[in-house]
This record gives sequence, C-alpha cells and structure tokens, in this order.
Amino acid sequence: MSTDELVALKNKADQRRRPHRACVCTAASCQSIGADRVLKALEAAVASAAREHEIEVRAVGCMGLCSAGPLVTVEDDESSVLYRNVADADAAALAASVGTTPVERLRCPTDIPFFARQHKIVLSNCGRVHPERIEDYVAAGGYGALYNALNEMTPAEVLSEVASSGLRGRGGAGYPTGLKWQTVAKSNDPVKYVVCNADEGDPGAFMDRSVLESDPHRVLEGMALAAYAVGAKLGYVYVRAEYPLAISRLRTAIRQAKAANLLGQNIAGTRLEFSVDIRLGAGAFVCGEETALLASIEGRRGQPRPRPPYPAEKGLFRRATLINNVETFANIAPIIEHGAAKFASIGTERSKGTKVFALAGQVKNTGLIEVPMGISLREVVEAMGGGVPSGGKIKAVQTGGPSGGCIPYEHLDMPVDYDSLQKVGSIMGSGGMIVMDESSNMVEVARYFMEFSMSESCGKCVPCRVGTYQMHEILSRMQNGTANGEDLALLEELTRTVSETSLCGLGQSAPNPIKSTLRYYRPEYEAALRKSPQIMPLTEEGAP
Amino acid sequence: MTGQARVVTFRIDEREVSAREDETILQVARDHGIFIPTLCCLEGLSTWGACRLCLVEVGGTNKLLAACSTHAAQDIEVLTQTPRLLAHRKTILELLFSERNHVCSVCVANGKCELQHLAQRCGVDHIRMPYRYPELPLDLSNDLFRLDPNRCILCTRCVRVCDEIEGAHTWDVMGRGIDCQVITDLKAPWGESESCTSCGKCVHVCPTGALTQRGTAIAEVHRHREFLPYLTQMRGERD
Repeated sequence: MSTDELVALKNKADQRRRPHRACVCTAASCQSIGADRVLKALEAAVASAAREHEIEVRAVGCMGLCSAGPLVTVEDDESSVLYRNVADADAAALAASVGTTPVERLRCPTDIPFFARQHKIVLSNCGRVHPERIEDYVAAGGYGALYNALNEMTPAEVLSEVASSGLRGRGGAGYPTGLKWQTVAKSNDPVKYVVCNADEGDPGAFMDRSVLESDPHRVLEGMALAAYAVGAKLGYVYVRAEYPLAISRLRTAIRQAKAANLLGQNIAGTRLEFSVDIRLGAGAFVCGEETALLASIEGRRGQPRPRPPYPAEKGLFRRATLINNVETFANIAPIIEHGAAKFASIGTERSKGTKVFALAGQVKNTGLIEVPMGISLREVVEAMGGGVPSGGKIKAVQTGGPSGGCIPYEHLDMPVDYDSLQKVGSIMGSGGMIVMDESSNMVEVARYFMEFSMSESCGKCVPCRVGTYQMHEILSRMQNGTANGEDLALLEELTRTVSETSLCGLGQSAPNPIKSTLRYYRPEYEAALRKSPQIMPLTEEGAP
Repeated sequence: MTGQARVVTFRIDEREVSAREDETILQVARDHGIFIPTLCCLEGLSTWGACRLCLVEVGGTNKLLAACSTHAAQDIEVLTQTPRLLAHRKTILELLFSERNHVCSVCVANGKCELQHLAQRCGVDHIRMPYRYPELPLDLSNDLFRLDPNRCILCTRCVRVCDEIEGAHTWDVMGRGIDCQVITDLKAPWGESESCTSCGKCVHVCPTGALTQRGTAIAEVHRHREFLPYLTQMRGERD
C-alpha cells in the first residue's frame, strides 16, 4: 500500500462518479419499508431514460430522518435535494427531475432544525458513501488518517492525540478513551487485542447498527489506529446476530480492507500487522458488559467477572485488551486527521466532541442525530425532534435505556453532557433517547425497564438475579392494585441494595429507571399504592 | 510467585494487619479471626464473586468491594461491619430465601447448612418479600446422590469443583436470570450423565441441602471437605 494505491482507489471512485447522483438510503430502517425497490426502480428509470452517463444511482447509508423513509438525495456538485417517503412508483419522476426542477411533493426541507442543528463527525460519511465500496470511503478521505499516522506519527503521538482530544467512551460510562489506550499501551504483555463492542442492546437504541451499516470502514480504521497505538495484532468486532445487514457490510469491508492492504500484514507498507475478525453474539444484553463480552468471544458463557483485573490488564484470553464501543472507534480517524484541538473545541469542558442519539418515542421526527455535547435537551427534543406529534406536552425524556433514567420536563433546559445527565439522575448511555408525553405512566415505564433488566440478568450474582425479580414483582403489584403500604419502602431498599452490591454494571444500573421516576414522579407511585385491586376471577373452590 | 509478593500493612475494622500483596482481603480477615460472610467462595476453588455477601467498605471509594476478589494493599482502611454492609447482607440473604423453597425444618442439611447458619448469624428473622415458591422437580436418577434444586442458591461450587478439581465438567448452569439452574451434562438426568465420575466432590462442597447423598434424612447430611486443600496443594505442586 502506498499513496499511489490510495490514489488508485480514489480514481476508481472518480470513474464511477457522474455529474448527478441519486443516493438511496439502504440502512435497515429504510430497507424495511422498501428502499431496495426504490433503488432498483431508480436504476431502471435512469437506464430507460438512457442517462447513465450523467446520473449515478448510489446505495448509501443512513440519512437520519428514519420516520420519513425511504429517503433519497439527488445532488450535483452545487446543490442537493432530499426526498422523503419515496416509493418505487416515484422513480421515473425523480429521474426526470435530475438537472431540472425538483419534485416538490416529495421534497423534505433540509433547513429544519433536525438537520441544521446537527454536527456530524461520526456520521459525516453516513448517507454519502456506498457502505460496500472501499473506494467511496477512500474518496471521502478515508484511511488517510491511518496512512498518515503510520508514516508520520509514533504510537505515542497517536496516544497523546487521542488523550488530548478529551474523547470519552461512547458506550455509556464515559471513561476517558486516551487513558484506556495508554493503560493498554503500557502493558508489557507480548500479545494484545483490540475489541470493538457492537453489542448494542438498549431498547430504542440503534446508533451502532447505523454506523456499521452506513460506514463500516470508519470503524475498521479506528480499530487499526488503536492497534498501532497500543501494539495489538488482532482485533475482534463483537456484534449481535440480530444485525444481519451490519454484519454483512462489515464482512465486506474487512475483505476489501484486506485486499487493499489496509488490514493484514505490512499495512500501508509499514511493519504494522493487524487483522480483524467478527464474533457474533446471540443477543444477551449482558454481553455488552465488557468482561461478559470477552467471555463470550472466548466461547464461554457470557457472564461478567469481578474487576480488577480490568481488561486493559487481563482481558481476552487473559491478555491485555483494549475494548471500545463502535462510536468511540468511529471518532478516532477524524481526531487523527483534523487534530485533537479541533475535536476538543467542540462540546463542553468535560464532555468533548459530539454524541449520536437515536431519537424515538413521542416526537415528530424520529431517527438518528449527531449533536455537539452541551446542546440543551430542549433543543434536541423540541426543536430537532419537533415535539409531541399530537401537540401535547413532553412529560419526560428517557436516556440511557434500562440503565438510565427519566429527565422531567422541568429539566429540559439542561445541557446534554456526561456530568449534567448524571446530576439529574440519568446517564449519557449509549445514545438511546426516548421522548414521553403526558399519556405515559411512570410506574409502568419503570416496570417495563425492570422487566427488561430482569429477563436480561445473567443470574450470576444474587442481588441482580433475585433483586430485579422482586422489584419487578412490586412494580407489577402496584400496577394491578395489589401492592401494600410496605411495598414502596421495600422497593426503595431493594434499589439501594441492587445498585450497591451487584457484580456488574447491568445490575448496578438496573434500578436507575425506578430511582429517577421515584425522584420526580413519587405521587404516581403513591397513587399506585392507593389503587383498588382488580377483581380476581374466582376459582372453583371459591377462593381467588 | 508467593516469594516475590510484597508484604503490606493495612487496617481491617481498625485493627492493624499485615499481609502479602497477593492475598485477598477475605483471606487476611480470616487469618485474623474477622468474620466476613461468604457463600460462593470456597478455598481451593477459583474466585466467583457472585454471592456479594463479602462486600466490604474500603476507604477512599464509595463503591463496595468484594473481599474475595480484592487484594490487600498498603495503608487501605477496610471496614467489614458497618450498618450499611449489615443491611445489605440481610437483604441479600432474604433475597436468597425468597428465591427457592428453603424449608429448613424438613431439609437434610438442617443444622449443617451455610445459608441457615449465615441467616442466624446476620440476624435474618423474617423475609420481607413474598416467596416465589417455584416448582422444581428433584433429580433422583443417580444411585448415590440426589439433586434438590429447591435448595440450590446457584453458588456454582459444584460446577467449579467438578471442572477445576475433578476435571469432568459435568455440572454447568442453564438458563439466565431467575430461571438459572444447575444441570448435569446437557440437562440429562444425573444418573444418565456420561461425564459424571460419581466422585461426589460436588456433594461435599454444596453449602445447602441441594446436593446430598442418597439415604440421608432430615438433618443427616454429612460433608467432608478435607480432600479439597489436599488436592489443590498436590495440583499446585505438579504445575
């Protein structure tokens, strides 16, 4: 691999390039409502109009506004028009509009806050490059950071760049990425691993899936940079089997990167050797916990173990292991390419850069957004999300899924960053953001998340295994009117014990939805206690 | 390895203690006669860290640390009997009692049960949460031993002793969360297990009445665990 070869890849992309491009989102959400048919219909329409020489029909990744899919962008070098809810029947009209006047009835404004307030670093290629073409990624500047780092930077310089960028882990806990990398780099273990955690499992969260489906090379480049920085030769992407499209695109990307000598031996003509393998998870939520994930890669039951030793010291196969989330790795290439200072200029004092959120629930615009850290929650859900569809009032915003909490309307003006979210009793989490309106019953919300944690508890430690069950029972009793006066006190005590004594993060954070709803919506719990029991059907013996 | 470990001094419950750096807080506490309750831990088996009864407070962090998997360190302040810890221990024991059918009066392990003993010692006099009363059938297919999952607390001592000491790995855990169960082979009846060597180690390490010899009646269970330190030592020397 040399600059020439990168240029050759870029040329390959340029040859396919036409003055006009019709980009069709083919990420999972748009695909599920017919984007594949739209893509085929557009190709046919362009062919039948004999305009292949001027229009390229390109399959791309996620454009963000999932609620308006399938999405299509028609662009040339000067302008671009976004179309929403495109059906295959619209293909001929769209093809005919290229170079003339846009099809107004399908047009989706791009100056709305949903798009205008975004700041794209992680998602900068999503919706633009073909996820299955390495040349597209290279043409967009991809692998340039890796190439330059290998040729012009020492591993220590890469480490210090990542550290001074202030990047924190995007999996949820927000551990400083640079510090984690330095710990692994310092280890004198002769064998080290780099692992990418793509076991996204929070209900309502799909950031990692989208990134892998839309721009898989970005993640691989981040992993290769990490391998160079810490001295690893082998990497794994642990991705859940429920993400077949992400897996197939990642497989394609790994194959292409190997063929282009960007993975494997002597990467880019240097001494760096790094290969990436995929390991599929069977969908257990706990396998997103790092020690359980590593156990699963090793072929053992996916259960956490006590830390220390931390994976950085003794991880996969008892070797020093760097484990980061998909979005964290996707941030690395831009940091190396544009410098730590530029990255650190975005966001707040202690939360740098941007965060991708999967906006869902009672909002008009649902989908994927990337916003600078520190943006106000109100701006995200009211301006970008467009508020409640029925025009009602937002009651709460849930972040962090089953490990997070509900932020009430009163706190909507708070900034979105790691520390502020923690202060109000929630967490940044991996990026799920669920908006609830006044129709949501908060005891039911807590019960729903507790049901999730209960069924996803691995069963290893007692407080999580039995505690989540008992908490769920109490919440169910409250919901069906059979709770007694002592249940609320018991519930609070159980939240404390499960939080403070559970073995891993799943158990420790499982009570968070209860804690935060108790903090802000206690009257709803008290009302649940006063609820009269539902009448139980009599059995033959006459007793309930 | 042990010869190279540094010796450190620190405090447990305001008592000065000295220890090798590779010893756990639990080992040091036991050496000094300081009581820390445990259920999954058994000397000679790998650390599991799952019962969470041995949690202690360590100065400088608000997090509770498991004494079985936290190593001694210079000058740390360890507290083992704070009101916070005592309350958590009681709650965890109550959770265990609520999980399965632990009826001491008709149990073969009555009077010799570690769960019962800890409950008495930690002052668990009643259970504040409803019992689950799961329906769990006994496995009486083995000629020598029986499995009563109603008494099982999922400490996995049987799984570990079978895997680590006997080398058979007959036992493992099936299912997840509240549905977890210990099983032999791939849930074959114990008597039909092809990997079981009938060595009985699992029976002797069981802390409750879940694994017992056949023919024992209420309160008749007999455990002898002298084999474990002996086998571990022989194994250590061979390695």
